[in-house]
Amino acid sequence: MDTDRIIPARFLKCVTFDELSGKMFYDERFNSDGTSKGHPIDDPQYAGAAIIIGGENFGCGSSREHAPQAIKRSGIRAVVAESFAEIFFGNSSGIGLPCVCASAADLASLNTKLANQPETEWRLNLETMQLTDGSTTYDVHMPAEPRETFLTGRWDAITELMNATTRIEELAHTLPAPACNTLNHAH
Amino acid sequence: MGKTLYQKVWDAHTVGVLPDGRTQLFIATHFVHEVTSPQAFAMLRESGLPVLHPERTFATVDHIIPTDDQREPFADERAQKMISALRSNCRESGIRFFDLPSGQQGIVHMIGPELGISQPGMTIVCGDSHTATHGALGAVAMGIGSTQVRDVLATQTLALSPLKVRQVRVEGRLRPGVSAKDVALHIINLLGAQGGLGYAYEFAGSAIEHMDMDGRLTLCNLAIEGAARCGYVNPDETTFAYLKGRPYAPQGADWNAAVARWKSFASDADATYDDIVRIHAADIEPTVTWGISPDMSVGITAPLPELAQAKNDEQKRAWETAYDYMKFTPGESLQGKKVDVVFIGSCTNGRMQDFRAVAPLLKGRHVAAGVRALAVPGSQMTAKLCEEEGIASIFRSAGFEWRLPGCSMCLAMNPDKLVGDQLCASTSNRNFKGRQGSPAGRTLLMSPLMAAATAITGCVSDPRQVFPNI
Repeated sequence: MDTDRIIPARFLKCVTFDELSGKMFYDERFNSDGTSKGHPIDDPQYAGAAIIIGGENFGCGSSREHAPQAIKRSGIRAVVAESFAEIFFGNSSGIGLPCVCASAADLASLNTKLANQPETEWRLNLETMQLTDGSTTYDVHMPAEPRETFLTGRWDAITELMNATTRIEELAHTLPAPACNTLNHAH
Repeated sequence: MGKTLYQKVWDAHTVGVLPDGRTQLFIATHFVHEVTSPQAFAMLRESGLPVLHPERTFATVDHIIPTDDQREPFADERAQKMISALRSNCRESGIRFFDLPSGQQGIVHMIGPELGISQPGMTIVCGDSHTATHGALGAVAMGIGSTQVRDVLATQTLALSPLKVRQVRVEGRLRPGVSAKDVALHIINLLGAQGGLGYAYEFAGSAIEHMDMDGRLTLCNLAIEGAARCGYVNPDETTFAYLKGRPYAPQGADWNAAVARWKSFASDADATYDDIVRIHAADIEPTVTWGISPDMSVGITAPLPELAQAKNDEQKRAWETAYDYMKFTPGESLQGKKVDVVFIGSCTNGRMQDFRAVAPLLKGRHVAAGVRALAVPGSQMTAKLCEEEGIASIFRSAGFEWRLPGCSMCLAMNPDKLVGDQLCASTSNRNFKGRQGSPAGRTLLMSPLMAAATAITGCVSDPRQVFPNI
C-alpha cells in the first residue's frame, strides 16, 4: 500500500494538515463523481473502526507525513500490517500513531474473522504486544525504541532533542557546513 | 575490523543516545521544499522556537510550480499560497532560498549536487523520499516527514535508529542501450519493492565504479523504490571531479583538505556488511515496468509474467490487481503497445547526461503523431546548459514540448497530468495507481533512451532497435 493511494498528491496542496480528515484512501474509496466504490472503510458494518489492517511494505513511496496525518485525523488509532516502509513508520510513530507488525498467516486469519464477524471488538495492547478479541490472540511486533516512546508517552522527540545543546554546537562547529564560494560564484 | 561509509558517517554525526535507545544524529545539510515544510515552520511558530542553524538549510520550489508559465501569481491559487509561504518562512528564518529568479531553482535532488552543496561524508535529509539521491556523492542521505523537518529546523538533529548495510555489487560492463535506470529497475525487480526494508544500500562493483555521477544519482534516487531508505556510492575520483568548481564546493587550499577528509569516509576494504548481493552487469537488459509497483518490471524483450510465476499468493494477488489496472494480459509483450504520453524528466532522469544521451538520437527524427511528449529539465542550471549545448532545440525540433524546470508529471502536483487511463512512457520513479495525476492513469517506468525510442515510434520500443548506433 503506497502513500499515493493513502493520500493522492492533489490533497498535498495545502500549508497545514488540517484539511486531511476524511481524505485517506480517497481514490480507493470514491469514483471521480464522488460516489462510493464500496470500500470497507465506508462499509456501515465497520463504522467507527479504529485499526487498519494492511499487508506488506505498508506506506511505501513518498515521505509525505500527510499519509499518517490523514489516517490519524480520520479517527484511526493504529495500523497492523505485515511490514512497514521506514519513513512511513517513523512519521507515524512521531505523531503517536502506532504501527505494529503481524505475521502473514495471522493477518490472513484475522482478515477472515473480520469478514465473518465484523461486529467483534479487537484490542491492541502495546504492553503485552498482542491483538485480541478476548478469545483469539495474535502476537504483534514493534522495535524496542519506538515501543518505549509509546509506553512512556514521549513519541514527540523534540523535548529530548533539545537537551543536548552543548554537544550539538560542538558538532556544528567541527562538521563543515556547505558555504557559497563567492570567489567563483556571485549571488 | 573495517567500517562502512554508513557507519563512519553515522559515528561522526552522533550526538548521543536518547532515553528510548535511539541515536540523536546531527544533520549536516538539510533541504526543504514547499510541500512538506510549511507544516514544520508552523509547528516552530506554535512552540516559539527559532531555526537553530539556518546556514545548514537550503530551500527550493519544485513540486507545485507550473512548467509552462511561471509568472506569478500562478493560475492555481493553492500553488501560489505554497510558494509564498516558503518565501516568507525562508526570509523570516534566514534560510537561503533558490527562488525562481535565482537561476538556481530546480528539483531539490537536482540542485543539491549541482551546486556542490551535497558532499561526501555528510548526513543529508529532506522532507522527500528521494533524498536518497544525494548518497551518490558518498553521503548518508534520507527522506523524512514534516515533524522531523521541524526537529531538524529546531535542533539540527533527528532521533533515528541505524540501518543495516547491504552491499549491492554490479560487476562487469553494462551492455549498449543499458543505463543506470535499467540497473536500478533490475535490482528492484530482483530484490523486491520491499527487499530493502531495514537496509541502506551501498552500490559497488566495477559497473558502478565506471558509472558517471549523473548515473549514480539516478541509481541512488531509486534506492527508496526498493525500500532502502538510503543508497550511496563510495566517494572516488569521479565524485571529486564532479564537485570541483561547483559553487558550494571548497576551493583553493581548502580543496585538498576536503578531498582527503572525503576519502576517509569511504568504506574500508575489510568492512563487514549485513548482506552482499552480486549482479552481473551483462544480465541487465533495457528494462520497463508493467505494473503498479516499481518491482513489476521486465527486460524489454521478455513477455509479461504469467500469474503462475508468482512466488506466493500475495504476489499473485498483487499481479492480478496490477494487470487489471494496467489493462495488460500475462504473457503478452509490451513492445508495440501504443502510448499517449512520453515524459522525460524528474529527479530520477532530468539531468544533463540524460538529455545529452538522448539528444543526438533525436536529431532528424520526430515524435510520432498522436503522442504528447514532454521534456522537463530538472533545474534551471540544467535547462541553461541544454540551451547552450543546442540540446533544447533538438528536442523542440523533434516535437517535444521543452518545459521549464520542476517535478512536473512525476507526481502531477502542478498542471502536468495524465487524463483518463492514458498510458505514459515515463522516466520518473513511481508507477503507483494514480501517480501521474489521473486516478486511472497508467505509468511505464523506463530509461530516457527507451522513452525517446517510444516517443519516436509511438509505441513501447527497444531503444537498441530504434537507435541501432547506441
